[in-house]
Amino acid sequence: MDEMTYAPATGLLSWTWLLIALPAIGAAVLLLTGRRADKWGHWIGVATVGAAFALALGMFATLGGLEDKSAATDLFTFIAVGDLEIRASLLLDPLSAVFCLLITGVGFLIHVYAVGYMAHDEGRRRFFGYFNLFVAAMLILVLGGNYFMTFIGWEGVGLASYLLIAFWQVKPAAATAGKKAFLTNRVADVGFLLAMFLMVGAVGSLDFAAVFNGAADLSDGMSLAIGLLLLAAACGKSGQWPFQTWLPDAMEGPTPVSALIHAATMVTAGVYLIARSHVIFELNSTVQTAVVFVGALTLLFGAIVGCAKDDIKRVLAWSTVSQIGYMFLAVGLGGAAFALGIIHLLAHGFFKAGLFLGSGSVMHAMNDQTDIRRFGGLWRVMPITYATFAAGWLAIIGIIPFSGYFTKDPIIAAAFARPGWEGWAAGGAALLGAALTAFYMTRLFVLTFHGPKRWTDDVHPHESPAIMTGPLILLGLGSLVAGGLMATPVVEWLMPVFGDQPEPHGHLTHMQVTVATTAVVVLGAALAWMLFRRGTDEAPRAAAWPVRLARADLGGEVVNRGLFEAPGRFAANASVAIDSRGVDGAVNGLSAAIGGSSRRLLQLQTGFVRSYALSILSGAVIVVAALMVVVFQ
Amino acid sequence: MSEMQIDWAGLSPMIIVFGAAFLGLALEAAVPKRRRLPIQVSLAVAALAAAFIAVVLNKGKSATAFALGESAIGSVSLDGPGLFLQGTIAILALVAVLLLAEQRTTTGGDFVSEAAVVADSRADIAQRRDPGATEVFPLALFAIGGMMMFVVAGDLLTMFVALEMLSLPLYLLCGLAKRRRLISQEAALKYFLLGAFSSAFFVYGMAMLYGFAGTIDLAGINEAGVSSNEPRVLLYIGVGMIAVALLFKAAAVPFHMWTPDVYTGAPTPVTALMAGCVKVAAFGGLLRVFNVGLESSAWDWHAILMIIAIATMLGGAIFAVTQRNIKRLLAYSSIANAGYLLIGVIALGDAVGQTMFYLAAYGFTVIAAFAVVSLVRDGDDEATDLSRWAGLGKNSPGTAGIFTVLMLALAGIPFTSGFTAKFSLFSAGLEAGEVGLVVVGVVSSAILAFPYLRVVVLLWLNEPAPDAPTVNLPSPMAGTVVAAGVMATVVLGVAPGYLLDIVDKASIFLGS
Repeated sequence: MDEMTYAPATGLLSWTWLLIALPAIGAAVLLLTGRRADKWGHWIGVATVGAAFALALGMFATLGGLEDKSAATDLFTFIAVGDLEIRASLLLDPLSAVFCLLITGVGFLIHVYAVGYMAHDEGRRRFFGYFNLFVAAMLILVLGGNYFMTFIGWEGVGLASYLLIAFWQVKPAAATAGKKAFLTNRVADVGFLLAMFLMVGAVGSLDFAAVFNGAADLSDGMSLAIGLLLLAAACGKSGQWPFQTWLPDAMEGPTPVSALIHAATMVTAGVYLIARSHVIFELNSTVQTAVVFVGALTLLFGAIVGCAKDDIKRVLAWSTVSQIGYMFLAVGLGGAAFALGIIHLLAHGFFKAGLFLGSGSVMHAMNDQTDIRRFGGLWRVMPITYATFAAGWLAIIGIIPFSGYFTKDPIIAAAFARPGWEGWAAGGAALLGAALTAFYMTRLFVLTFHGPKRWTDDVHPHESPAIMTGPLILLGLGSLVAGGLMATPVVEWLMPVFGDQPEPHGHLTHMQVTVATTAVVVLGAALAWMLFRRGTDEAPRAAAWPVRLARADLGGEVVNRGLFEAPGRFAANASVAIDSRGVDGAVNGLSAAIGGSSRRLLQLQTGFVRSYALSILSGAVIVVAALMVVVFQ
Repeated sequence: MSEMQIDWAGLSPMIIVFGAAFLGLALEAAVPKRRRLPIQVSLAVAALAAAFIAVVLNKGKSATAFALGESAIGSVSLDGPGLFLQGTIAILALVAVLLLAEQRTTTGGDFVSEAAVVADSRADIAQRRDPGATEVFPLALFAIGGMMMFVVAGDLLTMFVALEMLSLPLYLLCGLAKRRRLISQEAALKYFLLGAFSSAFFVYGMAMLYGFAGTIDLAGINEAGVSSNEPRVLLYIGVGMIAVALLFKAAAVPFHMWTPDVYTGAPTPVTALMAGCVKVAAFGGLLRVFNVGLESSAWDWHAILMIIAIATMLGGAIFAVTQRNIKRLLAYSSIANAGYLLIGVIALGDAVGQTMFYLAAYGFTVIAAFAVVSLVRDGDDEATDLSRWAGLGKNSPGTAGIFTVLMLALAGIPFTSGFTAKFSLFSAGLEAGEVGLVVVGVVSSAILAFPYLRVVVLLWLNEPAPDAPTVNLPSPMAGTVVAAGVMATVVLGVAPGYLLDIVDKASIFLGS
């Protein structure tokens, strides 16, 4: 492989740090000025993210004109210990540039939406402060020029996510969900830390260029360990199996949070990490296979659970889990599929944000209810929400010409292209996932907007104000046109990042896959339409075991309890026992011994100068005698 | 090298201090009593500041400053460690002198007006309202000059003269307390008797070493350790005796018995001077004698010095655990700290810089600690009993907060100078291969942390007694002392790089 270098930044691109600084300043102003900013603070949040979006657009254009399509900025030294030097450096290349656009672009729209959505919330200023903090941290994550910077952003978004999930902390469910997200991520973050330690040990640096150039010299075991640890970190942040349980609970946060953090951007950080580290992942086929199967397993898992949920946001959350599974699958396949994963991520960012904001609009209309059993017939009262939600729905199930069609089908095709039984397994899972997606999304759509009204008595639905529908319309348009990304130079752009890879040819042709996918999608959607056209029960009914299992998140909580909670409780109880009996006993005994010897020895301190002199004299005798003994023995 | 050579610039710090001391004596005779204090204080402060500047101007020197006739390094050898320690003494003394001058916390200051009046007689009670004797300033300057000479002495005779010069005024100063005069006088007498006793050891050891080496020059003694044909018994007795005398000043176990009595009896500002500056001088002397004069016989004395270091570290810490008096607690902690510093002495050249850093860091902290002790009072008397300090944080959170920082520093908690100093000293010890000593040092620090933290608990978590002592508002004098000490403690804890850099560059002895 060629030596990998990043060109130093010039001109506009040397201002990359400003991208991060803008929302960071916004957060600082909002959080530090206190109540004084309550009236106008949210506009600062919106303005800084908007400015960052404009800046990111300019940089994206500038980057396109560059020869080697990368710009590295060196800010200052964090840590210099011996041979290891960790610097605060930024890297703007096509991969981070498209992420910047997604984060600031979608982030801007959701900020605008949140101005309306949070209008009556007392904590609106605090909300926007955390929201800006999140945008800044996320930009650090994707712009960092080494793993350490990425980790800072990684932890920063974790913090912001925790603060925002638990934003309504007076609700016990929200506080618990925040803790759950934080703890689950901590477990996974250990993987990131260990991977960094191994890199420092094996390569002696955390810089992307140094690590990737040195990766070829890594032993098989080392590349396997680093790869799997990074995968664990990615699974934690992106809600992939076995860390998926926190993501649906995270829906306790305000809906704009779910849209921005838990659908469009933060949860895709794992995909970013794997894409960024593709050099390491491509070194070791075992790791790649692991990524593929985590992706395949999770996409089915999310889709199956999604079919059994009745809470509009939870269905969307499980669909996020499932869709990120597709992205993992793509980046695990390696080669040209890397770019497919990123494109799907971008498209998903638009349509999923749109769907979430749409669900927020529905909740707004329905007194914050989230149970789709009690919706129905809403298409008449909220036409804009309906239309934009429909665009997102069609995009996610992949109906031509909406974006999912262009971005998901190639992933399924690429999965089938994997050689041997793995291709059939991964491709089959992806195809089945597409059918399930069509089923549960159609169910969601039909139960919410069509069929008879099953409203509770006190709701009077109405369309949301313009400040909320505006972003909805833009995101709906995005769901329609984002598929066009496949036809743009963005794909070629990502090539310098991932290297030029030939299109693989596998079990099925692209055409066959497209036909099969479209067929199962239409089938799934039609089935759901038939079943739920006339509404559904207003309360869950006793069901066979597969449904019960799906309603119980396929046992995710049981695993958590058995694997983490029980040993955790045992460890805590055991430490208390050891502490109170063993450690305290030893400490108390020791301190009694020292105190006693102190009192006994202090009897030597008589206060008589003659005994002091005797002490000096005997000391002198001992010193001289010892010197003699040492020498003459 | 046969000519007499004098480097006036190199001698100037000592000349300034001694000159100011003589001038101060003359002023005692010439100026009316009530006007002496401001003049004496400004004279002492100016002299110490000038001496410090003179030391700084000499920086980088590594040469003989004063020699009579044949000598490898001369009677006064200016080198990195010598200059650094002189500067440290000057600065610490400057701070301590401000504490001597404190008059607001108790009327007329801590010193007796007429020391010749019989203690607790009617005349003595009457003179308690009078301002204290101002002779303390010239006396302190003499002692300080002696300390500055002690750390640059190139031969044993100069060292002995310096030792006496620093000791005699201190004996006097110890007896000048205005309150509890009998205890103060007892302390002075004990200190004097034992000091004289240990001086005799010094002289005897010097004679033995002269008999062995034919010279009292430190570099010459070192050379004789390799080449002399005299019986080595002379060397061993000489090393032992000199070591005893120096370890007495440094307060190492078993030569430490005077420390708690003297620290408690002496007026608190004098205790601060002793705990800060004398410690620096004593270890400066130890470092120089062992690095320059006895390096060649290191193998012979290594074991016994190790035993003494271990006894000192453990002894000081264990004694401190049950102390109920804050001044005695600080006294025993200064013994334990002497043990840690002995690691630096035993490690020889590898640890000179770190030992000096420790001395500077510890000096600031301990002077500030004694300054705070002098603020907490029952009426006119210092409330030294720890039970009286209970709940101080409730009534005087500022003072209690400052004392907490100082206690944490002494316990070696990170972000204080106590941590950086211990860390660098112990790592230097490890590098020199003294693993056993460092392990004992860490264990001892752990034991010693207990009494310090108990004080912190006492300050904050206990209820104050109804008749709790008052914290007297200090004048700018003592205020400056506390502020300077706490600032140095925190700065050296957070950003020790600058000073560590200096001691690193200034760690080579002339003639070693």
